[in-house]
Amino acid sequence: MSGTILEVENLSVDIPVAAGMLHPVRGIGFSVSRGETLCIVGESGCGKSLTSLAVMGLLPKTARRSADRMEFLGRDIRSLREREMARLRGGSMSMIFQEPMTSLNPSYTIGNQLAEVYLRHVEQSRAAARDRAVFLLEKVGISSAASRLGQYPHQLSGGQRQRVMIAMALMCGPELIIADEPTTALDVTIQAQILHLLAELQREFRMGMILITHDLGIVARVADKVQVMYAGKTVEEGPCETVFDAPMHPYTQGLLRCIPIPGRTQRGERLGSVPGIVPNLVGELSGCMFRNRCDYASDACAGMRDEPTRMGDGHAYTCLRAPEEISGEPQAAETP
Amino acid sequence: MPAYTLKRTFVAFLILIVVSGLTFSLSHLSADPALTIGGEQASDEDIQAIRKLYGFDRPIHVQYLDWLGRALSGDFGESYHYKQRVFDMVSERIGRTMLLGTLAILFALAVSIPLGTLAAMRPNSITDRIALFIAVLGQALPTFWFALMMIIVFGVWWRWLPISGHTQWANYVMPTIALGYYATPALMRLTRAGMIEVLASDYIRTARAKGLSPASVLFKHALRNAIIPVVALAAVWFGFMLGGSIVIETIFNLKGIGWLSYDALLRSDLPVVQAIVLVFASFYVVLTLLADLLNAYLDPRISVR
Repeated sequence: MSGTILEVENLSVDIPVAAGMLHPVRGIGFSVSRGETLCIVGESGCGKSLTSLAVMGLLPKTARRSADRMEFLGRDIRSLREREMARLRGGSMSMIFQEPMTSLNPSYTIGNQLAEVYLRHVEQSRAAARDRAVFLLEKVGISSAASRLGQYPHQLSGGQRQRVMIAMALMCGPELIIADEPTTALDVTIQAQILHLLAELQREFRMGMILITHDLGIVARVADKVQVMYAGKTVEEGPCETVFDAPMHPYTQGLLRCIPIPGRTQRGERLGSVPGIVPNLVGELSGCMFRNRCDYASDACAGMRDEPTRMGDGHAYTCLRAPEEISGEPQAAETP
Repeated sequence: MPAYTLKRTFVAFLILIVVSGLTFSLSHLSADPALTIGGEQASDEDIQAIRKLYGFDRPIHVQYLDWLGRALSGDFGESYHYKQRVFDMVSERIGRTMLLGTLAILFALAVSIPLGTLAAMRPNSITDRIALFIAVLGQALPTFWFALMMIIVFGVWWRWLPISGHTQWANYVMPTIALGYYATPALMRLTRAGMIEVLASDYIRTARAKGLSPASVLFKHALRNAIIPVVALAAVWFGFMLGGSIVIETIFNLKGIGWLSYDALLRSDLPVVQAIVLVFASFYVVLTLLADLLNAYLDPRISVR
């Protein structure tokens, strides 16, 4: 890997709500290098989308962001003003959203919406913007690209719209691309195609990619690094194969039990689930937030501090149980 | 698009036929034109003679078809009172009414769209409250009272503006404001509601994620979608202003067709009333048609449905 693109340390997001202060993201850190895919995994409400919006500077007005470090291409983006941040967005960092059906403006043609981001960040040349748009529409697998430029979003299917969104994100040749659940709203066959496409484009253009998902099946296929989030914190992170082969945190183990793994899951075997619901994140929070859903919880968990246990090669998890204790147990996938 | 336009035009034509039929029968049922023409001193024989002369003794549907046939060729008959051709009387004054209506709707839009947008950018802020206050005031003040107050202040006390007539541009200033201000609240509230909804939409988040300038996000991406319902409402208001300028034209003695309709109604001058109602109805129909077409242009999904 040549060079880090994005480095974030101790990122928190706080949102004032009627009941007090909501802490949806509580001290997240990660880094992405050129050509690397980082997958942020977690269930709904764990703060993964807000994390990405915080990086893009697109948080809702009421939300407050704080971080010890947020460096993009060696530049501190914490103190950037909105005007300077807007120069980066869509240019060197771009984003793909979860909702392809509503993320394009219904009143303008595809060509107009693709061109405008190029005209804003690269150069004032309509012809060049058009050529770039046709080139990228072909790249993302849209047939007769040139004639599509004059079409409106409602004339395209959901999968095609997401392809257009991907092309739009690539218009200015970004260094970093953030995809927030890009396939969730699509049907299964299209999901695989879009995912494959994203991975391919990321390799071809050597971009850093942050892929946000709740689907571990997706992670297994494309991720270099995995970061598992729970209740606004990282509970486990590491290289993809390591985390999949030897998950250390009870939550990661629970998630992995929920998906069939080729070669490991037997025919007729029941898939697991993680019982319980995510905790409320309003007010003062302490200890391990997973303890009320955890099979191994003890009284000590309520007083746990955020000190990850490091396993080497970047693999780390935040749980009181010692590595020997975990690996001494029978295979995680076999426990019901 | 051409098929859509054709279909809408055909429907518009049908509406006009129905409206003209209704006005014709209602006005002939509510007043006896022969009495009007004869005047108070006319004897019964005179009245009978007038009935025969004008053809009022025929069944009403025959009279209507007779009128319709001539109206389609541009002949709307003659005024009972002024003994002039109705077509000339209306066409001489219609320009003033259209000018006043156009100025008034432009004034209303020029006030309500910026005010609504401003209010939507910061809901419940002080700007929003002020905009709301201005709007509620416009809705609460009766037009005729507001017009009279303006006449007192700007016409009588300060003598800035002429209070009656239609010969110079200054004559139109107060009528425009009086007529336009009344439409401002509804248009402003709709702009505000539309903008608030659109600004929270996914495609606005996309526009921001593309790093577009705040002006581009607001005016290119948000406003165009937010004003689609405003266009439809403005068309209805424009129709109302063209047809509803009767009070304003009378107050400011601005002799358009609003004033003419007031005059014709007082005199039971049925051919004039009939023609003016038809003109007002065509305003509505044409404007609704134009609004639909404009909406189809603004929102490409509409003509597909």
